[in-house]
Amino acid sequence: MIKTRNNKAWFLVLPVVISVAFSAIIPLMTVINYSVQDIIGPDQKVFVGLDWFKEVLRDPDLHGAFLRQILFTLVVLAIEIPLGILIALSMPAKGWKASLTLVLIALPLLVPFNVVGTIWQIFGRADIGLGGHFLASLGINYNYATNPLHAWLTVILMDVWHWTPLVALLCYAGLRSIPEGYYQAAKIDGAKAWAVFRFIQFPKLSGVLMIGLLLRFMDSFMIYTEPFVLTGGGPGNATTFLSIYLTKLAVGQFDLGPAAAFSLIYFLIIQVVSFVLYTIIQRNSNPNASKQVAQ
Amino acid sequence: MARIELDGLAHAYRPNPQKPEDYALRPMTMTWQDGGAYALLGPSGCGKTTLLNIISGLLRPSHGRVLFDGRDVTDLPTEARNIAQVFQFPVIYDTMTVHDNLAFPLRNRRIPEPEVRSRVAHIAELLELTSDLKNRARGLSADMKQKISLGRGLVRKDVAAILFDEPLTVIDPHMKWQLRSKLKQIHNELKLSLIYVTHDQVEALTFADQVVLMYDGAVMQAGTPQALFEEPEHTFVGYFIGSPGMNLLPCTLEPGNPDGVQIGNLSLPVDAHLLEQVNAQSDLTIGIRPEFLGCSNTLEGASSRNLPATITRVDDLGTYKIVTATLGAHTLRAKLPEDARVVTGPGFLNFLTGQTKLYADSRIVR
Repeated sequence: MIKTRNNKAWFLVLPVVISVAFSAIIPLMTVINYSVQDIIGPDQKVFVGLDWFKEVLRDPDLHGAFLRQILFTLVVLAIEIPLGILIALSMPAKGWKASLTLVLIALPLLVPFNVVGTIWQIFGRADIGLGGHFLASLGINYNYATNPLHAWLTVILMDVWHWTPLVALLCYAGLRSIPEGYYQAAKIDGAKAWAVFRFIQFPKLSGVLMIGLLLRFMDSFMIYTEPFVLTGGGPGNATTFLSIYLTKLAVGQFDLGPAAAFSLIYFLIIQVVSFVLYTIIQRNSNPNASKQVAQ
Repeated sequence: MARIELDGLAHAYRPNPQKPEDYALRPMTMTWQDGGAYALLGPSGCGKTTLLNIISGLLRPSHGRVLFDGRDVTDLPTEARNIAQVFQFPVIYDTMTVHDNLAFPLRNRRIPEPEVRSRVAHIAELLELTSDLKNRARGLSADMKQKISLGRGLVRKDVAAILFDEPLTVIDPHMKWQLRSKLKQIHNELKLSLIYVTHDQVEALTFADQVVLMYDGAVMQAGTPQALFEEPEHTFVGYFIGSPGMNLLPCTLEPGNPDGVQIGNLSLPVDAHLLEQVNAQSDLTIGIRPEFLGCSNTLEGASSRNLPATITRVDDLGTYKIVTATLGAHTLRAKLPEDARVVTGPGFLNFLTGQTKLYADSRIVR
C-alpha cells in the first residue's frame, strides 16, 4: 500500500482534536488531578497518590451501591430485552396501524428524564396517584417511600416503561429488514412460528440486540435522574445506585478527592464492559474477519 | 410428483378487475405434465413470479383453480402442497450447519432421525455438498448457498414440483453453467417436475423441454424451444426469442395482387391462402429470423423473393457474421456464416420461403 505523507492532514483533524480536548480530555485530566490530591481549601492541597482509590475501594457504602447497581442493571436488562422483542414481534408490519403503534411506542422515549421520575412519583402515591390509589383500593399497603421492596419495584417498572420502547424499536427495525423470501422459504420448509423465530428472526436480530444491550447496559448502569427524583436514593440507601452515591459524595459531602477516584473507577467499569460488548458486535457482524485472524 | 393444471387461472391485486390491464395475470388454462422441465420466460414484471407464487401457494389466485394430479389445491396453504421453491436470493438458516439446513424441512415434518440422516446424506452426495455438511452455512459462497436451498427442496420425498425463481441471478457467470448442468442432471435422475422462472432466454431454452413465454400478464406462447424459435405465434415471441430477435417489417396488402404484400414501395410475394385469411383492417407484419434472411452484394438468380437493400454494417462475431441492412425505412439484421463474402454498400435481401411469416395484429397467420 502506498502511504502519502502529508502533514496538512493534521490541520484537517485539528477542529476535532480541539473539541474533544475541551469536552473530554481536559475534564478527564481534571478528575485525574483531583483523584490524587487532598484538597483542603483554596490553594491548599496535598498529593496523596492512590490513597483515595484505596479508601474508596474499601468503602462499604460503595460496595452496597455497586451491588445494587449490578442487580438493577441485570433485572432491567432481563426484562427489557425479551419484552422489547416480544413487543416488536407483535407490532403490525405496515399500514396506518404500524405508524400509529410506532408513535405510541416511542412516546416514553420523548419524555425528559426528570419528568419520568416526577410522573412515577405522582403515579405511585396512594393519596393522589392513580397507580398508588388503585393498589391501595386492592388492600395493598403500597408505599415506595418507606418500603424498600416497593421502591425497587417502582424504580424497575419505571425504567421498563421508559426504555423498553427503545429495544422494541430497534428490534422492529431489525425485523423489517428481513427479506420476505426467508418467511416464504420457512413456510415451504414447514417451519412453525417458534422455528421461524428461533432460526430466522432471532439470528437476524442478534446484531441490533447487541446494540440494544450495549445501550441499555450503559444507560442503566449510569442511571441517576429518574430514581433521584422518585426516591432520592431511599428509603435509607435502598435505591442508592452508583451515580446517586457519587453525587452524594461529590456534591453533598464535597469530598472531591474520593469522588474523583470513584468516578475514574466507575468510568473504567463502563469502558471495559462496553468494550467487551462492542467486540462481540464486531465479531458477529463480520464472522470471516475473526476466522482469518484465527488462521 | 404431480401433473399441474391451471384452470381458468387469473390474478388481480386489486378488487373487481374489469379490463385485461387490471390483471397481473390474465386468465390462462394450461397443463404441465408430471416430470417435465418447464421454463417461465419473460421480461421483468410480466407476471412470472406471480404465477409461481400461486402454484406454490404463497399467493391465492383471485380467479380460477390450481390442480395437482386432478386434486384442487387452490385453497391449500403452502406447507400442505408439497412444493419446493428456490428463490432468487439464497435463503439459508445462518446459525445451522449445512447438514441441519438440509434436515430442517424433514425435522419440521417429524421424520424419524435415522431417515433424516440417510436422506440428507443422499442429497448432499447428489449436490456434491458432502464435504461441507459439518460447516456452518453462513460463510459459504452464493452458489453453495443456492445448492443448499435446492437441497432443502430435494430432501423431501413427497415434493410435487420444484419451483425456481430466477435462481442463478446472484451466481457468478462461470458457476452458472455448472449449476444449470447440475439441475439438468438432477432432473434426469429424479424425474421431478421443474418449473423455472427466468428472464434469460438462453437459460430457458437450454434448460426446459417446454418454454412458456409471458408478456404483460399473458401467456404469449407455450411450446418447445424449437417451436418458439421457428414458429413464433406472436410478434413479441419473435422479438424476444433469438439474438438478435426476429426482423419485423410492417407491410400492407398490395392492391390488385392476391399473393403479395407491400413493404414501403417494394413488393414481396406471400402465399395467397395466408392473405385470404386476413381482413383489410388488420395491421400486417412480415417476420423473418436473421438466421433465415439471406444477404448478398450481387443477385444470384433473379427471384421476386430478393429485395434490394443497403448494407450498412457487417460485424464479424468470430463464428458468424451479423449484417445490418436498411430496406426503405426499416433496419434488418441477417446472421450469415463466417465465410460469407459481404461488404457494406448496395445489396439484396433474400426472404426464404417457409421461414417468412405473416402476422396480422401481431398474431401469426397460418
